[in-house]
Amino acid sequence: MSAFANSPVRSFVLARLASGLVSIFFISILVFLGTALLPGDAANALLGQNATPETVLALREVLGLDRPLVLRYLAWLGNALQGDFGTSLSNGQQVTSLLAPRLVNSLILASSAAVIVVPLAVGIGLVAAMHRGKVADTVIGSVSSLFLSMPSFLIGYLVVFIFAVQLGILPSLSMVRASSSLTAWMIALALPVLTLVLVAQAHIIKLTRAAVLGVMSTDYIMMAQTKGIPRNTIFFRHALPNALSPIVSICMMSVAYMIVDVVVIEAVFNYPGMGKLMVDAVAYRDIPIVQACGVLFSTIFVALNFLADLLAMLINPRQRLPRKGN
Amino acid sequence: MWSKLTLFISIGVLVLMALGAIFAPLLAAYPPNEMVFTAFQPPGEAGLLGSDGLGRDLFSRILFGMRYTFLVTIVATSLAGAIGVTLAMIAALNKGWVDIVIGRAVDILMSVPQIIFALIILAISGVSLYTLIATMAVLQSSTYFRVTRPIAGDLATMEYVEVARLRGEGLSWYLFREILPNMIPSLLAQFGLGLSSAALFISSLSFLGIGIQPPAADLGGLVRENALALAAGRWTPLVPAMCIAAFCLSVNGVVDWLVGRYSDRPEAR
Amino acid sequence: MTDTRILTISNLKVEAGPNLLLDDVSIHVDRGEVLGLIGESGAGKSTLALGAIALFRSGCQPTGGSITLSGQSLLELDAAGLDTVRRTKAAYVAQSAAAAFNPFYRLEDQVTEVPAMRGHLSRAERHRMAAALFEELQLPDPENFGRRYPHQVSGGQLQRAMIAMALINQPDLIIFDEPTTALDVTTQIEVLRLIRKVTRTHNCAALYISHDLAVVSQMADRIVVMRNGRMVEQGPTRQLVDNPQTEYAQRLVANQGEGTYAAGNDNAQTLLEVSHVDVGYGALTAVKDASIALGAGSVLALVGESGSGKTTLARAIAGLQPVRTGAVRMRGETLAPLVERRTFDQRRLVQYIHQLPDLALNGRQTIREIVGRPLAFFHGIKGAAADARLRELMEAIELPADYLDRYPASLSGGQKQRICIARSLAAKPDILICDEITSALDPLVEESIIRLLTKLIEEEALSILFITHNLGLALRFSHETAVMQSGQILEYGPTRAVFETPQSDYTRRLIGAVPQLREGWLDGVSRAAG
Repeated sequence: MSAFANSPVRSFVLARLASGLVSIFFISILVFLGTALLPGDAANALLGQNATPETVLALREVLGLDRPLVLRYLAWLGNALQGDFGTSLSNGQQVTSLLAPRLVNSLILASSAAVIVVPLAVGIGLVAAMHRGKVADTVIGSVSSLFLSMPSFLIGYLVVFIFAVQLGILPSLSMVRASSSLTAWMIALALPVLTLVLVAQAHIIKLTRAAVLGVMSTDYIMMAQTKGIPRNTIFFRHALPNALSPIVSICMMSVAYMIVDVVVIEAVFNYPGMGKLMVDAVAYRDIPIVQACGVLFSTIFVALNFLADLLAMLINPRQRLPRKGN
Repeated sequence: MWSKLTLFISIGVLVLMALGAIFAPLLAAYPPNEMVFTAFQPPGEAGLLGSDGLGRDLFSRILFGMRYTFLVTIVATSLAGAIGVTLAMIAALNKGWVDIVIGRAVDILMSVPQIIFALIILAISGVSLYTLIATMAVLQSSTYFRVTRPIAGDLATMEYVEVARLRGEGLSWYLFREILPNMIPSLLAQFGLGLSSAALFISSLSFLGIGIQPPAADLGGLVRENALALAAGRWTPLVPAMCIAAFCLSVNGVVDWLVGRYSDRPEAR
Repeated sequence: MTDTRILTISNLKVEAGPNLLLDDVSIHVDRGEVLGLIGESGAGKSTLALGAIALFRSGCQPTGGSITLSGQSLLELDAAGLDTVRRTKAAYVAQSAAAAFNPFYRLEDQVTEVPAMRGHLSRAERHRMAAALFEELQLPDPENFGRRYPHQVSGGQLQRAMIAMALINQPDLIIFDEPTTALDVTTQIEVLRLIRKVTRTHNCAALYISHDLAVVSQMADRIVVMRNGRMVEQGPTRQLVDNPQTEYAQRLVANQGEGTYAAGNDNAQTLLEVSHVDVGYGALTAVKDASIALGAGSVLALVGESGSGKTTLARAIAGLQPVRTGAVRMRGETLAPLVERRTFDQRRLVQYIHQLPDLALNGRQTIREIVGRPLAFFHGIKGAAADARLRELMEAIELPADYLDRYPASLSGGQKQRICIARSLAAKPDILICDEITSALDPLVEESIIRLLTKLIEEEALSILFITHNLGLALRFSHETAVMQSGQILEYGPTRAVFETPQSDYTRRLIGAVPQLREGWLDGVSRAAG
């Protein structure tokens, strides 16, 4: 596209890519610095009661903790970019091999929920906006407020209570392996996905409603009324396209947050995902795993936010095309 | 009419919870950490809400748990607010490189999901009450900054601020007499939302085992401890979780009312 | 008879809660006729304009009377019926074209939207319809103009596109709701001419709303004067302008009339001197080589359209923006470029009044606190002495003393501006820089503020630098005038000389573009422009 070279889109893409990379670097540096600032480092922590000056020194050498900080960081970074995140401190396995299946599991959980919640919640948000002030809107609003005040684990356990305990139709824990059958997977995923959907929907509904109502109160909508355009046509042809940009933004950001919500939900259901892995690693101070999970989570988050802004920009002609003078 | 009713209920719930937390030692029938019953006794036989897996009185633990939740929530949110709002006002008044540097730092901070960030920092620094509050304060302050900076920026370009500039007023005059009074309605709303999200945050951390450490427990930790009872068909483990929800709902209720009220300007005295 | 009477509104009453927006209003418009609606803000003109197509803003409803458009009684129709009438019989041209177009769609799609709905037209047909109208409205490159998006064209062009959108339907009635208020004086002329031409060619009935009597007098065959929701007077234009019956109409007419020049004081010593000043931001130079001088006790008007640099120059003199080259001197002393570096007295002696009093007053402070602060800051006057001085100031600005304990929100625009003046007076300045201080106010309110300033110049020994885009105002109020365009001062001298013998073409055009009440002015301008 010849227009692309000078367009505001290009400058945006470049600027955000740069800042996204900076963010990820920052996380990696933060994680790394932290380990160096530990009073008594990983070696001490690992040896615990058995820490004597000699053993600590020996372990430090093995772990490579005696080299200068910057070199250690660069080495780690170099490895990470090649997909090697080191070895787990608690069980000696390659972090990458531990992480990969877990990452896949979390992505399966999050994407299943995303596919369901986005159309559902946006639809409900639109309904609320269309029936503003009436019963449907008030009910939707109150229910959303209720859900927004509930911690995700509460929603999770309520779901478990109703479906697993009282109704007994689904298991309360999601123990699956890569080798399990498709049916087993679907049964295991059912409640966690339901929970994640319930957790994410309230925010999307509220923001979608606000975006649409914001557009409905503009002057050009009133202008459409003076032209005699029927109400439904105004809503779908004039209002929605302008609300599309913020709605896409909202959805992508909610999806980004879903990646994070899985952390708690995996704990509730004992689902073998990356979130649970990270939480366990934090409890055991297994730094390599914490570093790897942190960087991966952040990268996904940053990438999704970037996509959100990019899509929003592309949809909006005002931002997509440059101004031309008289 | 409805809004007044929700307001009263919200305030009522908050007052009840506050009283419960403050007077916990008096109201608790049994000391929270002592094993007085056999495990998992139903309500009635073992205190108001039954006993937990170690035979401790659940109701007493909830009362004391609220203390931890509220303490961390209120302190962290207040700190976060103070830091975030002050930085926002300074950035708005200074513009120039101060604004850009602070803005970039906050952007980077916010580009990482908060819970991941917290997990990383707590993995490194270890979990204690101080590190929890400090971590939450730093993370939340970025949200305060993000929201307050544009408002402060708008206010800083107001003509009446320019009038003060033409007179030669000092920085403290700007901050406290011109800008801050006009930010109060939105600050109140922000603070309320901040309390709500902080309560959810600390509860989630404790639920994951990286918050308040045993034998002490806040509401989130109590859910973690008693999750097993759920499988046995008992709903009592949900009670601490519902307390959290009740707190957040009530805070949001009050904030909604305040926002509605304060959007009117003051009339003649 | 029924065919020619397009619009009849009888005894219309519109309420918004406890407020009565329109009270017993009756008007009628025939085919080929233009009815002008004139009034100040709050008069109900817009409510009436929208009411002609039975459109009421949220919170407002009609509580009495009837509206008949092209034979249909609008208040009895349902939503679908009203939509049909609006599509086929009427069109509305809003004040701000930029806000009226949907940013998502191209101009030609929006302009041809309604005909496409009525007649299922093809893309090519729509393009042709639009291009034809764009050409009639003298838009540049009419073939391709419609392919653009609203944000890609200028304000004046957008306004014409909106008129095209109104005409494309061949409506019986077009409602023009202050269509040129947001435009520059020179752009306004073009649009006014076009509106007159197209209403005649398309032979529709038209409602023309404005607060500017001179503009309406050129556009309308009959005029209705409104105030606070009621009709004050109505009649044929010439009759109303030459011989207004009611006191309010008389004031409106007198306000627009040719005034007398302000008497100058030739022996005044120079108080403020601006010599060869350049003001710019980075690569852009907003003011080039400006030199003016303000004499003691006199008023110097700085006149120009938007983008002329007049506000930038005023702000540079005040020290809000640094000058790049040149100097600003007061009584021989050079003033530092930035106000922060000026001395205490220098800051006190030059006071600045902003255009929008809503934004210039801190809503959380009482009037007492607002006006009292300069007293305390510059003169250290507090307590009982301050109270006495505050009362004096309130008297000087002609407001009751008990307003001191009020908050700005409870005051009207004109009253707020008076408070701003009082705040400046509290410092006891020599020089007042007035940055378009009456532009946001109604004409009669503006007149009262000018009278107040004239009185204060005498009483408080003030000199005023008066920035405005309104030439007529400069004429009546200032002793000397400087005309700016694109950052340069094109004309500078005693007001009379500037207006009677302008040196530059631009000034001549500007003077010619100010709407006059006298009959045939617009035609005269059109002829002159060819």
